[in-house]
Amino acid sequence: MLLKEILYLIQKDLVLEWRQKYAFNGMLLYVGSTVFVCYLSFGLRQFSADSGPIWNALLWIILLFTSVNAIAKSFMQENRGRLLYFYSIVSPQGVILAKIVYNTLLMLLLAIICFVFYAFVLGNPVQDIPMFLLALLLGAIGFSTSLTMISGIASKAANSSTLMAILSFPVIVPMLLMLIKMSKNAMDGLNRGASLDELLTLLAINMIVVTVSYILFPYLWRS
Amino acid sequence: MKNYWWKILAVVLLIYTVVGGMLQEVPRLAILNETIRNLYFHVPMWFGMILILLISVVYSIKYLRKPTIENDIIAYEAAKVGILFGVLGIVTGMEWAKFTWGEYWSNDPKQNASAIGLLIYFAYVVLRSSFAEQQQRARISAVYNIFAFAALIPLLFILPRLTDSLHPGNGGNPGFNSYDLDSRLRMVFYPAVLGWTLLGIWVVNVRSRFEKLRHRLYETV
Repeated sequence: MLLKEILYLIQKDLVLEWRQKYAFNGMLLYVGSTVFVCYLSFGLRQFSADSGPIWNALLWIILLFTSVNAIAKSFMQENRGRLLYFYSIVSPQGVILAKIVYNTLLMLLLAIICFVFYAFVLGNPVQDIPMFLLALLLGAIGFSTSLTMISGIASKAANSSTLMAILSFPVIVPMLLMLIKMSKNAMDGLNRGASLDELLTLLAINMIVVTVSYILFPYLWRS
Repeated sequence: MKNYWWKILAVVLLIYTVVGGMLQEVPRLAILNETIRNLYFHVPMWFGMILILLISVVYSIKYLRKPTIENDIIAYEAAKVGILFGVLGIVTGMEWAKFTWGEYWSNDPKQNASAIGLLIYFAYVVLRSSFAEQQQRARISAVYNIFAFAALIPLLFILPRLTDSLHPGNGGNPGFNSYDLDSRLRMVFYPAVLGWTLLGIWVVNVRSRFEKLRHRLYETV
């Protein structure tokens, strides 16, 4: 029952996104221009050994801002009438889980496009690509889980776009630090066992965040 | 007497902490020297902050189960006192770090984590102020409070253990071990933790009673 609801809601979000492509195209352009601005202002093309951490940190900062912008609209774009309609036909748990899954898909797509474009423009020092992609996957899941809930909270308040940034950054920092460390390990081509700690911690944080969102969203939804 | 014994206890413990902490014999350790007395002021701040923020979260959960103004007021006042303790903890820690590590801020994982933890609660205060309607403000900030506390736990308890820290017990268990906390320190340290925490609870108690009275006054006017 819940699963059917979730699948239906994801489908609805995908169709909606497909019909109004401007939002997705906007995000693509945002990623593209940010990467290009970074390329122009940092001049990292001549890659040296000590610019590795900068390369890595810059990629994650771009991804962070992209995800805050992309996910912020997940509740703000819904108008009042449609929310009321959902309220009468589906359960809140279905709504939050569907939004999380949909945002994860969106973030994953954006993250991969961003990484490919970034590596293309600024050079690619990553030695262990599969591990790096795993870090991107975990990043997409982590960002979308915590930001979806935050966007639900922020959309209820006045001046929600500033609030979105204030509320989400501190919550997301632990995740970001783990991700940066893990992707740095992948960049240097370290033994995969070296990232196990980070991987497990990230999974644990994600579990906590999803569980808490699942429990708390019904209260948020009621207003 | 039966209702305010703990306030007397708090005062006695804090007098003991200040007098005993300043005058009592402490172990002579290199680098630390006399600054080890800061143990009675810096560390209890964090114990107190965690406990008071826990109270805040408990009242937020109580609010979601049973929405009364009282639960909301206590949750908010406890969060504010938690912030106060956090700020004092950071300031005393920075002072201590200047004398022992040489810098006010030395990019230590625990310093960073506590700064981020404070940012989370500043965001909570900003979030609260952006609602006009009382019930909506109470409910949504309760949701954020619980969510933020869940995010704070990995930040304060898991991440610092994964990285090296200048704090004692780095890399492993950050608690105190017998080798660096001898029994003379314990004699003041545990009463200090209890005393500061009780003081925090006292502040929350007074503030929330005051807020409740103000609320009642505005309702009747």
